[in-house]
Amino acid sequence: MILGATMVAQHITFGIIAAIVIVGALRVVTTNNVVHAALWLVAVLSGVGGSFILLGAEFVGVTQILIYVGAIVVLFLFGIMLTRAPIGREVNLTGSSWPMGLVVAIPIAGVLAYTLIDAFGTDHIGNDTRQLTAQVSDTLFQNYLIPFEVVSVLLLAALIGAIVLARKE
Amino acid sequence: MLLNEFLLLGAALFAIGVYGVLVRRNGVMVLMSIELILNAVNINLIAFGALHHTVVGQVFALFVITIAAAEVGVGLAIVLMLYRNRSSIDLDQIDAMRG
Repeated sequence: MILGATMVAQHITFGIIAAIVIVGALRVVTTNNVVHAALWLVAVLSGVGGSFILLGAEFVGVTQILIYVGAIVVLFLFGIMLTRAPIGREVNLTGSSWPMGLVVAIPIAGVLAYTLIDAFGTDHIGNDTRQLTAQVSDTLFQNYLIPFEVVSVLLLAALIGAIVLARKE
Repeated sequence: MLLNEFLLLGAALFAIGVYGVLVRRNGVMVLMSIELILNAVNINLIAFGALHHTVVGQVFALFVITIAAAEVGVGLAIVLMLYRNRSSIDLDQIDAMRG
């Protein structure tokens, strides 16, 4: 009984999240206002974070909100500001080749959907997918310590590279 | 929960991101579309991790998030350079390397 109620709640939550993500993503790629696109991106990224939490990955879900919504979207807003994009004004942001974009994107979606339904049509994720953050940190710092350090160096290199590129001569 | 719910959400997000990368004219908007694609990958990683009851999917999702942050930093610096040199980030006008 309780299990059934949980399943229904999970499905309803997933439906709401999926609707937010799909509508937001469509608006990100179709809206003609750059700032609105950044704000719709916040909705998409928050929805994806919600789906992570629904899958029991709390730490990644919270990291998603912190890094993406907290840092990357702000970075995008700075990019919009510094390139003097027409803020608040509607301009044509979509190129004249948009039908070719559809010709590429719709077959990709179709082939992916067909393949996924064919391959994983009946696979169930259990209702209890919780995984402890302690397990994540154990795996990260035991099995994946060297990749973790390499990623740290990569971040440093990207930081220095971005400063060198954006610096005034 | 069905695994496919999440995988299909990821596939839809990926296709929308590809469409955005192909048709957007503003450099910053192309970077936003790339973020959509990376998020689609993360959904897949976490969903398969939950299916197999392993945290490795989450670890790799964390790596992808980190790389995405680095990519946005460098990408925006490149767009700023482009704006400084050409006074425009309209990608239709950036055709200096066209054959």
